[in-house]
Amino acid sequence: MNAILNLGKLFKFNGGVHPPEHKQVSTLHPISVLPVPLRLVLPLRQHVGSIPKVLVEVGQHVLKGQLLAEAEGNISAAIHAPTSGVIAAIKDELIPHPSGLPDKCITLESDGKDEWVAHAATDWRTSDPLALVASLRQSGIVGLGGAAFPSHIKLRPDGKSEIRTLVINAAECEPYITCDDMLMREHADEIVHGIEVAQYILGAEECLVGIEDNKPQAAEAMRIACANSTANIRVVVVPTLYPSGDARRLIHLLTGLEVPSDKRSTQVGIQCFNVATVLAMYRYFEFGEPALSRIVTVTGNVARPGNFQVLFGTPFTTLLEAAGGALADTNDYIMGGPMMGFSLPSREVSVTKAANCIIAGAPKLFPAPPPALPCIRCARCADACPVSLQPQELYWFSKSSNLEKAREYHLSDCIECGCCTYVCPSNIPLVQYYRYAKSEIIAQDRAKEAADIARERNEFRLMRIEREKQERAQRNAQKAAGAQAAKPEAANAEADTEAAAAKKAAIAAAMERAKAQKAEVAPQNVEVLKPAVEAEIAAIDARRAEALQQVATAEPVTPAQEQDH
Amino acid sequence: MLRSPYITNAPSVTVIMLKVLLALLPGIAAYVWVYGGGVLVTLMLASITALVSEAIMLKLRDRPIMPFLMDGSALVTAWLLALALPPLAPWWLVVVGTLFAIVVAKQLYGGLGYNPFNPAMIGYAVLLISFPVIMTHWPAPLALAEAKLGFMDQVNFIFNAGLPAGVHIDAISMATPLDYLKTQLILHHTVQDITQAPVFGVLGAKHGELVPAAYLLGGLYLVQQRIINWQLPTAFLGALALMAGAFYLADATHFSSPAFHLMSGASMLCAFFIITDPVSGPTTPRGKLVFAAGVGILTYLIRVYGGYPDGVAFAIIFFNICVPLIDIYTQPRVFGHEK
Repeated sequence: MNAILNLGKLFKFNGGVHPPEHKQVSTLHPISVLPVPLRLVLPLRQHVGSIPKVLVEVGQHVLKGQLLAEAEGNISAAIHAPTSGVIAAIKDELIPHPSGLPDKCITLESDGKDEWVAHAATDWRTSDPLALVASLRQSGIVGLGGAAFPSHIKLRPDGKSEIRTLVINAAECEPYITCDDMLMREHADEIVHGIEVAQYILGAEECLVGIEDNKPQAAEAMRIACANSTANIRVVVVPTLYPSGDARRLIHLLTGLEVPSDKRSTQVGIQCFNVATVLAMYRYFEFGEPALSRIVTVTGNVARPGNFQVLFGTPFTTLLEAAGGALADTNDYIMGGPMMGFSLPSREVSVTKAANCIIAGAPKLFPAPPPALPCIRCARCADACPVSLQPQELYWFSKSSNLEKAREYHLSDCIECGCCTYVCPSNIPLVQYYRYAKSEIIAQDRAKEAADIARERNEFRLMRIEREKQERAQRNAQKAAGAQAAKPEAANAEADTEAAAAKKAAIAAAMERAKAQKAEVAPQNVEVLKPAVEAEIAAIDARRAEALQQVATAEPVTPAQEQDH
Repeated sequence: MLRSPYITNAPSVTVIMLKVLLALLPGIAAYVWVYGGGVLVTLMLASITALVSEAIMLKLRDRPIMPFLMDGSALVTAWLLALALPPLAPWWLVVVGTLFAIVVAKQLYGGLGYNPFNPAMIGYAVLLISFPVIMTHWPAPLALAEAKLGFMDQVNFIFNAGLPAGVHIDAISMATPLDYLKTQLILHHTVQDITQAPVFGVLGAKHGELVPAAYLLGGLYLVQQRIINWQLPTAFLGALALMAGAFYLADATHFSSPAFHLMSGASMLCAFFIITDPVSGPTTPRGKLVFAAGVGILTYLIRVYGGYPDGVAFAIIFFNICVPLIDIYTQPRVFGHEK
């Protein structure tokens, strides 16, 4: 494919910015392993998708690695006990989520023994890839780069596309974050084994590892590890430019392929995983270890910034203490990087699978921006936009809630990377406007979808009422015919067939009217629907198509029907 | 709470405007050298008028005064207008033009960021239409004038229209090269004959060439500082030179050379300081090229066929009207989308 042909060539995307990196401070010491805390709080919602089904009860003793909640539904991830102990509570607690709302969590009190449940390795090299994917569903592994999308879904063949290239995202383009950097420096061999696992399951013939050039030690470690592997893996050092670590940008950078806006990368033969994720997959198969811990960068306004291997559920306060504690003027705790992260609702939350970095914020590190001035249309934002959007136009549309125009100018393609806000001389919080407009668009789509479903239902109901009326009329006619048994047989039979024919015609007419109305309804936004809704829509579409054919030969659309859309 | 990004790194609007003012300094110095210190008085008058009228308008519009006064945009408008006016323009002309630029063209449309037209060019156009004689009456460069006015004489002229005893107005003024060329061509002289007149230098106006050269210098500084895009000046000067070059090649006796057009009138000021106004210009990369090239072509056509010696102001105002249309039709391809 292109990537093979264009060895070493990089394909630049538009814009990008160079924020100060602040990465050095947290890479001075090796990753330190945090001791098992006394109490672990495990939110059920740690990943993208439906929350898993709880399998344990309060008071139950569990072992390390034991399944606490199993993946439920199509997109979901399991949760395991990070250590042995007793389930102390299953209730709502604050979770590290931008909403700041509490959600259901399992609280585990450690018994200090850290005793493993029976677990076994899988010889993945000789196993059927489909069986491996099925097994991964119970591994609890999700994307560890911060997106937290369940990994088994990404490895499952969709029957439509073949994966040729595996892209490993090790760009780590956000300032401050160094967990992937340190992981590569210290565990490059295991990462390469993880790549081999993913490559084997996907059947990908090549793998490209994209690393920004501000991590020379990590790149070197990965190169050495790759040299020891028989797999076709190539480490590609890319220039440091935020947001090179965005999957679509990285894929373009490495292969020159632009994943079409309405498609997934798999549809162009590429799948992308974070370095830490493939390592977790390797440990799951090689040692039978499910997802129990991750590396977290703790940096910013703390005494000793660094990287820590932490069990999921560990309180952030414990983590902060391990980093020497937050300095006196700390006024904020950011999860993720300074470009796309969010402020934690409280320090009293716990480490989740998505927690790649905690930055203690202080006014000196992240000063409040000066008051916003009007947009002067300088288009610095457009120059910086990695998606080649026109942020200054989207700003006007979002500000005036002109959602149709915002859609037309591809607001939904915005990745909220923050480059536009970063470069705005008028200090306009552009991304905030886009977040607002996007949520409005989603709400609008949902409302429309609900209204459409309601309309469909109402049409069915009207059709049913009409059919029942016809049936009643027919029954009454039959009764009347029975009462007049004395009358000549021939006449009776004739009346019977006449009534039946009339009923059929009436039903057909009613159905046709309903279908003709439905046929004029514009197709709906069909992205991100639940399977049940999808099935329903598919059924409706089928009927709609059928009705269209009938209508095409029938009368033209009346103005009243046109008002529907 | 989602309020990222937490960090920003942008020059503030104030810094951008101050750099524009800084980039004008070489041009102003050249102006003083060529025409005398009177232009400093004009600049002062325009600046004070702009700041005072902007403050009053902000007050009337119930907007915060200090943040908007400090953004520097009113000063940029004032300086550009002052530099576009004849160097010894009477004080009231400067005041009226600046008032119109700030009050009508900028504040009545909504202030910073909302004006569809370049305020300085609106101010200039209003003066040119209302007072055509004064606006086309340029003093001769000091080196060419029969009588040389000192600084105080110039101030006296600006405020009282008074000249020292014995000096006639004709002794200090002369037509600009563009103007002279236009009137002489109507009289069926050839460009070669006309450019023998003392007002012509090697490229543009004799001695006056220094001013556009200084603007070019300041403009390159702005490009280097990434305050302005290279596309705008390049497309404008390129289009102007191409037009002039084509006509010059076709008939050198009736059309002057591309170099003359580049170094005359407001070409350089326009290329680096006027079409680069972000508020009233297009935002897309291709749109910038279309806009600037359009202004270049129209400027040439007005100079050669229009009723005014220079066409920069009208060309810009015309293309300001077209900006929304240009933006719509020059949208770049979004990542992951077919065109």
